Amino acid sequence: MTETIQSRHIPASPEPDEAFPVIIRARDLCLHYGQSQALKSIGIDIRKNVVTAFIGPSGCGKSTLLRCLNRMNDLIDSVRITGLVEINGEDIYSPEVDLIELRRQVGMVFQRSNPFPKSIYENIAYALRLHGTRAKTELDEVIERSLRQAALWDEVKDRLHTSALGLSGGQQQRLCIARAIAIRPEIILMDEPASALDPLATARIEELILELKQQFTIVIVTHNMQQATRISDETAFFYLGNLVEFDKTSKIFTNPTNKQTEDYVTGRFG
Amino acid sequence: MGLKRGHRANPFEWIVERAIFLIATSAILMVFLIFLFVAREALPVFLGQTNSSLVQEVLPVAKMDTLSPAELQKYLGLTPKQFRELDRDAIQALMEVKLEGASELTKDKDAAVNTTQWRYMLLPHQWSDYDHPVFIWQPVSQIHKYNIIPLAIGSLKLTLVALLFSVPIALGAAIYVSQLAGNRARELLKPAIELLAGIPSVVLGFFSLIVLASFFQNLLGYQVRLNSFVAGIALGLAVIPVVFSIAEDALSSVPRSYTQAALALGSSRWQTAWQIVLPAALPGVFAAVVLGFGRAIGETMVVLMASGNASIVSWNIFDSTRSVTATIAAELAETVFGGHHYRILFMLGTLLFAVTFLSNLAANRIIRGLKSKMEGKR
Amino acid sequence: MNSATRPIVKFRSRGFDLPSFVFSGLTGLATFLIIAILLIILGNVIYIGGSSLSWRFVTGGTQSDMFDVNKAGILPMIIGTTARVLLMTLFVMPIGVITALYLTEYAPATSRLTRIIRGAINNLASVPSIVFGLFGLGFFINFLGRNVDGLFNGADTIWGKPALIWASLTLAVMTLPVVVVATEESLRAIPQGLREASLALGATKLQTILQIVLPQALPGILTGAILAISRAAGEVAPILFTGAAYYMAELPHSLSDQFMDLGYHVFILSTQSPDIEKTRPILYATVLVLLLLTIALNIVAILVRARMRKTLRMLQ
Repeated sequence: MTETIQSRHIPASPEPDEAFPVIIRARDLCLHYGQSQALKSIGIDIRKNVVTAFIGPSGCGKSTLLRCLNRMNDLIDSVRITGLVEINGEDIYSPEVDLIELRRQVGMVFQRSNPFPKSIYENIAYALRLHGTRAKTELDEVIERSLRQAALWDEVKDRLHTSALGLSGGQQQRLCIARAIAIRPEIILMDEPASALDPLATARIEELILELKQQFTIVIVTHNMQQATRISDETAFFYLGNLVEFDKTSKIFTNPTNKQTEDYVTGRFG
Repeated sequence: MGLKRGHRANPFEWIVERAIFLIATSAILMVFLIFLFVAREALPVFLGQTNSSLVQEVLPVAKMDTLSPAELQKYLGLTPKQFRELDRDAIQALMEVKLEGASELTKDKDAAVNTTQWRYMLLPHQWSDYDHPVFIWQPVSQIHKYNIIPLAIGSLKLTLVALLFSVPIALGAAIYVSQLAGNRARELLKPAIELLAGIPSVVLGFFSLIVLASFFQNLLGYQVRLNSFVAGIALGLAVIPVVFSIAEDALSSVPRSYTQAALALGSSRWQTAWQIVLPAALPGVFAAVVLGFGRAIGETMVVLMASGNASIVSWNIFDSTRSVTATIAAELAETVFGGHHYRILFMLGTLLFAVTFLSNLAANRIIRGLKSKMEGKR
Repeated sequence: MNSATRPIVKFRSRGFDLPSFVFSGLTGLATFLIIAILLIILGNVIYIGGSSLSWRFVTGGTQSDMFDVNKAGILPMIIGTTARVLLMTLFVMPIGVITALYLTEYAPATSRLTRIIRGAINNLASVPSIVFGLFGLGFFINFLGRNVDGLFNGADTIWGKPALIWASLTLAVMTLPVVVVATEESLRAIPQGLREASLALGATKLQTILQIVLPQALPGILTGAILAISRAAGEVAPILFTGAAYYMAELPHSLSDQFMDLGYHVFILSTQSPDIEKTRPILYATVLVLLLLTIALNIVAILVRARMRKTLRMLQ
């Protein structure tokens, strides 16, 4: 097999910055689905309270990498993962790690909105109850706060107890975000959260992401390069399972170092 | 941030998962137990330990006092309860009867035959009152004749009639419903045809006995009212939904891209169905027929009620006939527990289980192969 | 048709197309035939059975002669069939649902064991019903029952004979695949996204199954139960040697009693009647009751399933 791109164990990450310490650190991360390798020795530093975008053509491994960060890939039988992923200096693949605690601290929003077929209120209450919140007053309070943060409160406050499936696609996705932030994770992973939405709903989600980055570290996979430039601070470009280039978003889109990155962001392939 | 605290090792969850796993394996256990316990009752037949010969060792009446009660009970072929109820005189009388009976039996060469041996169960035998070797199933008579060939032929004959009747109809309907009918029609027809499977077989048996038998007799004018033809048709009614569902499944699992490609090339709907879809789904259709065979050969009530139940060797479909299943259903209640008749009926059950097990195994192999082929090509 | 006047491109039908007509005709005819047979059977039973069905017949017992057209009733048979079917449901549902849960939620898709479990379920579905009867006799009665008697009841035979519980257990083994298949279908239809959403929030697998997956699968589980009941209600062969009685003066009092049964009664009335012409009305009425029970349950199952598919489509 000829590899056009040399994988780097330690990437040319953006300039270190005291205000934004590294929160996720991956080194030499490889992932195999059965025989085929989906991630090839990825090394990346993701920083706190920064929006990091993963871009690249379909099948480049960006979603796979995202799902490594809260171990959602564990659900697939044939997956084999080697290498190191640290969050706040702790190896998340260590056998001592509590998967439940990891996923509480690393929330996720999926490509297709996936509210539970319960009421709007119960959708969030479910997440809270999982982690021990039971008192009605506390539930009410946190649910309202999360829905406000997700900019959904005004639209749904009068029908909290109706089915979440009655919401529009964009509203459903914001409900999923509210559900994810209700349990106060440190990191939120977003897997193309707006790809199934119309432009208006997409714009609202993007606004929301910019607001949320004050409190959360956000890693977002996106197909849409405009979206990456609008919302992210740093961008990683993946191709065929390799991390090709990782830098400030402005640098990636205006002056990429790598020829392949340039071709992709200027729309020559992908 | 402490990923290690909290509810890591949850023993409750672990126990529940183990329990779920164990319960899930119970299906395997069931199949195993079915085979084990049906075969267990038949084991002496398979091992050649049963003996139906009437000529057995006889003892002089005087031996009565030297034998232990248990030996005596066994010798007289009584249950412990029966034995306890007899007084001394009665026992003596029984022993005399046995002795006399034996002296008469020695003149009859049939009486010496152990009819539970394989050669008597499978090969024709010339009994003294016949002038040529015959296959006879006649378990309730002076000499217990256990030849299973008439029953096997009966079962096969009925199954053949049932398949000849049901397979063309079920396949035709499967093609129509999956390929030619519109969406709305399909959503009505499919459940309607599958509703036929919801009719209990005893009702199909009743219907063929009361309605079909007279109808066909008037129509075709044959002699015996209950025969393999009537029972085969009724059996076919039980087989149709089986063949239909599986064939329909196979036909509609042929990727839409095939049919669209064919239609785009200008072939008509029926050409597409006949030349593209049917060949692609052929293994599934074959599996449907195999499973239909299993259903037909194992069906009991329809056959018991409509076939006439005469165990004669004949390939004429207008003769009355008797299947393996009907034989078990009709005779088991009257057998002595643990006797050779009882054991031979269980042996028939074991054979039946083996036949359906194998046909099912074959059909599933075919279906699995077809599925992976379809998915691979999709 | 003269070729000169023929339009160059012709979208209209080519007129009568014989092969197409024959093919659609034959397959359509086959479909029609099946529906017609179904309607004839149902029509025949409903028409004749309906006219001889009476309230007294359905709610009466069989104190005297069960072939007496004017006095016989089938309440004991209805009760017997209901009892054995409900008892069966109690046994088969937990095992069936849990097996389906294992297969969809836990089992590694490619493992050998999973394949064997699937094969076993498939196989159970194709075992002839009379063999289940033999199994019930050989295992439940001759093995379990006799051993229980030997351990606890001395020489008395309480469990080592045909009984309500053995018939129910035999039917439970027989209907296990029905429940597993219906439950599995509904579990598989639940979008993976729901499970992922729950897990990503930090729920354990068991929490996800109990709170998110199972409530969604409820209609499918219900369908499985209904189909199993409808299948078992009409079966006669498995209970011939495991519990059904030809005649009993009283209703069953305990699990170790035998019972009278609707399907078996149909068999008796059709084959043992002293005068089939005279007893025809009660035969038809009994068949009608049995058919109403099984077909009605089948139709309910079809409707529940259709509804379930609709709501699941909304989820996806």
